[in-house]
Order: sequence, then C-alpha cells, then structure tokens
Amino acid sequence: MELICPAGTPAALHDAVAAGADAIYCGFNDETNARNFPGLNFSREEMRESIAHAHRYGCSVLVAINTFARAGNVELWQRAVDDAVDAEADAVILADVGVMDYCARTHPQQRLHVSVQAAAANADSIRFYVDSFNAKRVVLPRVLSVQEIAAITKEVKCETEVFIFGGLCVMEEGRCSLSSYATGKSPNMDGVCSPAGAIQYREEKGALVSRLGEFTINKFAKGEAAAYPTLCKGRYQTDEGCGYLFEDPASLDATTMLPELRAAGVAALKIEGRQRGRAYIERVVKTFKDVLSALDDGRPLPVDALRGLSEGQSNTTGAYKKTWR
Amino acid sequence: MQLTLGPVLYNWKPELWRDFYFRIADEAPVDVVVVGEVVCSKRSPFLEPHIPEVVERLAGAGKTVLMGSLTLMSLPRERKAMLELAGDDQFTMEVNDLTCLGMLGGKPHAIGPFVNIYNEATAKYFATRGATRICLPPELPLSAIRAIAQSQPDVTFEVFSFGRVPLAISARCYHARLNKLSKDNCKFVCEQDPDGLAVTTLDDEPFLAMNGVQTLSYTCASLLGDVDKLRDAGAGAMRLSPQQCDMVAVAQLFRDAIDGKVAPSEGAAKLSAIYPLKQSNGFLFSKPGAAFVTDSGDVRRIVPAA
Repeated sequence: MELICPAGTPAALHDAVAAGADAIYCGFNDETNARNFPGLNFSREEMRESIAHAHRYGCSVLVAINTFARAGNVELWQRAVDDAVDAEADAVILADVGVMDYCARTHPQQRLHVSVQAAAANADSIRFYVDSFNAKRVVLPRVLSVQEIAAITKEVKCETEVFIFGGLCVMEEGRCSLSSYATGKSPNMDGVCSPAGAIQYREEKGALVSRLGEFTINKFAKGEAAAYPTLCKGRYQTDEGCGYLFEDPASLDATTMLPELRAAGVAALKIEGRQRGRAYIERVVKTFKDVLSALDDGRPLPVDALRGLSEGQSNTTGAYKKTWR
Repeated sequence: MQLTLGPVLYNWKPELWRDFYFRIADEAPVDVVVVGEVVCSKRSPFLEPHIPEVVERLAGAGKTVLMGSLTLMSLPRERKAMLELAGDDQFTMEVNDLTCLGMLGGKPHAIGPFVNIYNEATAKYFATRGATRICLPPELPLSAIRAIAQSQPDVTFEVFSFGRVPLAISARCYHARLNKLSKDNCKFVCEQDPDGLAVTTLDDEPFLAMNGVQTLSYTCASLLGDVDKLRDAGAGAMRLSPQQCDMVAVAQLFRDAIDGKVAPSEGAAKLSAIYPLKQSNGFLFSKPGAAFVTDSGDVRRIVPAA
C-alpha cells in the first residue's frame, strides 16, 4: 500500500521525501485547496521545484485542488489545474464536478483523483466519476466501515485511498456547512473549518471558555486539557442530555486496522495534517513506514508508536469499526 | 417566481405525514412538491404505503411532484431502492447524491440542495446531463446565485428560503448516540422530535438542531424579505422546508410577498406569528448563516451580546 503524506510547506515536503514517503499531497497557497491556512501551502514556483525534488527521489506529488470553484471566478480553479499539470504533478485531487470536467477535457492525459470532499461514498457514485472524468482513484469519505470499503474496492474500476491518521471529520466531507453557519467561512468555499480567526478564548469563573464566532464551543475546568474548538467536537446541551453530542475531541488512528485495509484491497493510505509542523511529518512518516514493513514481514505492529502525535485528546478508529452501528 | 415545498426532513408519524400532504394539495399555493424520505432510509418503509395516494392527491391538485432521493447511501438496499426509483417513469427524481445520476441515464431530473453546485461550470455540466431544476446549496451567497442562474437561463434555480437549514449529514445517528442506542437498534427515537431537537451551547445560546443523521440550524431560514433580490439574481423558485407549523399559511405568506402584497417588515412579523423561531438569512449575504441581515443592511446577531 502506498503511503501518502501531507506537506504544508516546501520544507515539510523535503522532510517527507527524506523520511521515505511514497507520495506527498499539497496545494497552492490560495482558496483552491481545502487547507487554506495563512502562511501555508505552495507558490507556483515552490510547487514546480518541490515536485522536481520529489521526483528525483522517486516520490510522487499529488496536488489538491479540492474546494468548490467560486461562481464568477472559475478560472482561478482552472488555472490551478493548468499549473499543476505544467509542474508535472503525478495527479490532481479534485472535488468540484465543473473543475473535473475542465481537467478531463483540457488535460485528458492528466491523472485525476476524486477528493474526499467529493463525498463519493458508494460504488455507483464512484462509477459516475470514473465514467465521466476517467478518475483513477477515489479518496473515500470517513463514513465507511472496513467491510464497506472492501465491497466498494472490489466493485469499482479505480483505486481506493483511505485516511489512516490525523484529524477526523464526523460529518460526511464536502457536505458540511457547520463552519459557515457559525463563522461565514466554509470548507467547501474557503478551504477552512472552524478557522482560527473566528476563535476566542476567555476565562470565566476559573474555567477556560472557547468560542467560535458568536457561539461557545466548549468549557474546560482548571487542569482539563483544552482541545481546539472544532465545531463538531464541542460540548453542547439538549433537553435530552448534554456533552459531546457529535463526537469527542478525538483523532483518527487506524494503525490497528491496517491488516484489514490491506485485505480490503485499498491502494493508498493517507495521513491528514498539511497544517502540522515538520517534526510531526517526519515522525509520522517514519513510524508508518515501520508499521507497514512490519505488516509486510508479518511482525507484530508497533501500534503505540504514534501516541501523543495526534491533535485530539484521544484516538478512535472512526467509522472503520462502526462500533456505534 | 415559483414556490417549491421541499421534502419533510424529520421523522413524522406516517398518517400525519400523509394528512400533511393532503392539506398541502388542497390548500397550499405551491407549484412543486418534493415527496419521499431523503435523510434516513430506516424511515422509508413507514412512508411507502402512503406515497401513491399522496402523489395522486398532489398531482390531482395540479402540483408538480418530484421524488427526492436519499442524501447518503452506503447500504446495498439503499442503492437498490434508488435504482428502482430512477427507473420508474411515473416520477421525476430529485437527485440528492450523484449516486443516482448514472441510474437516470440522462433522463430529465431535478437536483436537490445536497449536491454541490457552487458555480456556473458545474451547473452547466449537470444541465447537459439532464438537470432541469436545481436547488442550490443553502450556504451560497447571492452573488453566486446570480452568476449561476444567469449562465443557465434554461434551468430553474431554487433557493432554500424557509425552514431549519440542513447543514451536515453523517453516517452516524446523533439521536441514537444521545440516547445511548446503536444505529441498528435506534428505536426510532428521532420521532420524538418532529421539528428537530434543539441544540444549545453551554452558555444557552441556541445553535443547532439534531435530526438523526442530519444536523440543521437552530434558526429558521427566512428569505421572505429578500424576494426582490432573488428575483433580480435570476432565481426561479423559492423552497419552503416543512416545519411543525401551519405550512399552508407559510406558503400563502411567501406567495403574497412574491406578489408584492406584503412588505418585508410586515412579512417578517407575520412569519414570526406563524412560526416563532429566530430567523436567519446570513448565508445570502456572505455572513455567518446564523445571522439575520435586515433590509437596511444591519446584521443582527442571533445571540444578543451579553
């Protein structure tokens, strides 16, 4: 299975190449990519140089152009596709059907991957992308169990890729407007979720209160670790009960699921975290290389090696086990 | 400007669901009605016995009837059900997931608000594949609605204009999670909240609403005061999403606003009397969706500052 690592900067990309990543995904420094954070991502020139560097070491680069093009300014997304092709990206990762259509017509030889943001959650949906745009791979949304992933992988005519580590959406990706409801900034249009610019912390009777826009997302007692106020991982109330109504502030760690994911026929494993620092990238890549070689050799998996690396306070296998079904 | 009644998003008792549509057929000044379960396939078997009579009554009253597809399909039985629906030539399907597009094989269809159409290039692509009506995603601002609608004059574009705004869909059921039940043995607890279960913050700010696998806004979208802007942008229909209130009166009020018989401020007051939930229209103005932008451009916070 191919190991795909995130890179938010050219330096992180170099680290990931050195650490032995099979492939790296990254994006341009504008709203065409779904990790549009200030100070992150690649200029056109950086992208060209970084891809050339990766290619010298046999590492491929996948360029994520995976927000939905803004009406009246679709050219910005089309130009991003053109520039990724010119920079010799090994694949473009797209979410918007209009952008996929442009890419398939204008650059028919370019390898096209369907982004997780496209929410292709079953074989019929994936078939639409394969038949319409000659998609070669689909990144599966994090709403599927391993059994469902296996069934899909068997049925479709393209490769499947899954997330194995890092931040975790509990809502189906690409179909969530919670962030824009609270802040006016959305993953689909702006490439951000629960953006830092909309967050405030305040002290209140000894508790730390985290707020997003006009809304309190969580309160932490003194000494309690305060998670980043991602909207779907806040504590809320209803008449029927309160707490973490949608999801605990947990991160995905599917290390223990790797044997099953391999048996399911998954082609590529993806690590989330283009916003993370170089130390994270290096350690997470090295660790997963070790885990995968242990898997290949039939040795026990070093499942605890990544402890402490995730952003959440606890880890979960997410939908892969569907313990809640 | 047409009026469309969107599908009931909540788990209503089947007989009440049927009677709701009977009254809509007889009384509501809407042009198009979307029928069917779009949120959770576990609810579908309870509605199915009533669908033929509901469709017949609505069609008999001159309404255009669309059958809404599910929004998230992962089970084989869900895909099979959609395949049957797509193959049924008695109905026009409203596609809520691209899963159904291949099944339709180019047949004319509508597209619901859960398909990501954010720009004119994507709208054009779907129009060439047979879409004749498109309800745009609720988070789109007016500028995008204008650019899209004006680029495809042959397609009728709808804007989500009344009701709690659907914001997210998940494989996981939050009603079941809250009640410490598994999804497979959920006991249909969502039926206790036929208007959605209000979610407030730890500071008692009204925030969201829970509806099984779906998350909606706490606020009720109201674009009643924005009719002229929508018409000017090229929108062809306003969508009303059923809530637990007099939807015939809601439809009549929107019809009056479209016909210029009621002023925006008067309309807002009348709407509050029919359905006293806080109103929002922020998405239309690139503000937080929870906000309400008045006709004079003031942005009202949904939560008054302390």
